[in-house]
Amino acid sequence: MALKSNLKNMVISLTAICLVCSAILAGAYAITKKPIEKAQADKLMKSLTEVLPEFASSEKGVISVDGVEYPYDKALDADGNVIGYAITSKTAGFGGTLSVLVGITADGIVHNTSVLSHSETPGLGAKCTSDEKFMSQWKGLDFSAHSLTDGRLTVSKDGGDIDAITASTITSRAYTTCVNQAYAAFQAIINEEN
Amino acid sequence: MKRFRLILDGLVKNNPTFVLILGMCPTLATTTSAINGLSMGLATLFVLTLSNMAISAIAPVVPDKVHIPAYIVVIATFVTLIQFLMQAFTPGMYETLGLFIPLIVVNCIILGRAEAFASKNGILDSACDGLGVGLGFTAALTVLGAVRELLGGGSVFGLQLWSADYGMLAFVMAPGAFLCLGYLMVLFNKIAKKEK
Repeated sequence: MALKSNLKNMVISLTAICLVCSAILAGAYAITKKPIEKAQADKLMKSLTEVLPEFASSEKGVISVDGVEYPYDKALDADGNVIGYAITSKTAGFGGTLSVLVGITADGIVHNTSVLSHSETPGLGAKCTSDEKFMSQWKGLDFSAHSLTDGRLTVSKDGGDIDAITASTITSRAYTTCVNQAYAAFQAIINEEN
Repeated sequence: MKRFRLILDGLVKNNPTFVLILGMCPTLATTTSAINGLSMGLATLFVLTLSNMAISAIAPVVPDKVHIPAYIVVIATFVTLIQFLMQAFTPGMYETLGLFIPLIVVNCIILGRAEAFASKNGILDSACDGLGVGLGFTAALTVLGAVRELLGGGSVFGLQLWSADYGMLAFVMAPGAFLCLGYLMVLFNKIAKKEK
């Protein structure tokens, strides 16, 4: 039978339940901490290797452009020479924040890009993670070989020469903005390091 | 036999999605594809079975006036547990379902079964009830996810049956969730009634 609902019993039973539960969770946390960290590191490493040429090691850094902070990873080869930078750039997409990792090699060429997180419409804007035609535009992109407006790339609808994803101009625009911001951050990093 | 009956009841007579109409939030939100529906269902199944067992074990001693907070703590513990496990071993899945995993705590199916069944029955019976209702939820979410994925993108479990260009986007988005759920409910109840 249930214990009588007096103050003493209620306090004792709730305390006991909470103690047991916290003990279980503390144990589970200790066990899963390592695998969770590994899974997260693996994910970052995977996107880094995706957007940059082969590298030996990487360092973390943060650069501020126009008051916005851009976290980046600097990729180095075995001799410590800079291979390139993977810059995390965010902007508002159609359905929420669009976060793109942009890999720029030391000579200022965009090596590749990868979406870190997005909440674009499935089947439309979400194609920015699968549309080959759209994604391949960023591979080996050289800013100086494109028509720029105020030093920025724009989608064809805005007079530029980036082909947007069909029916997803806003997402394509946001993606282009991410690459532009990353490029500005890249230039700031270069200025700072020289 | 009785326990088998309990599991079957959870699947058909007490199907949480099509009959009890509980837990609609994760149902509508996570069924954009069959695999998402399936994993959300399995996560809920895991929590439901374990929390049903734990609650039926503690119910006899917990004072009536604090039984809800006590149950919530137990449920939250299991939810956090599965959150850790998913983060560690299936990070991709965790990313897709991320927000909806912590929300299992307030899923009315779980507290509903705790109140209506586990607090009045033995541990093994409660486990069977949790398993049954959990399977019912999983089946419903998987079917709903599969239908939406098929109509919206021409694939089931990622297997492309026809070109995604022929898909009706609305079915992957929110309106399609309501439409599919409604028609599946009609279909399910029609068939279930005939069986009786």
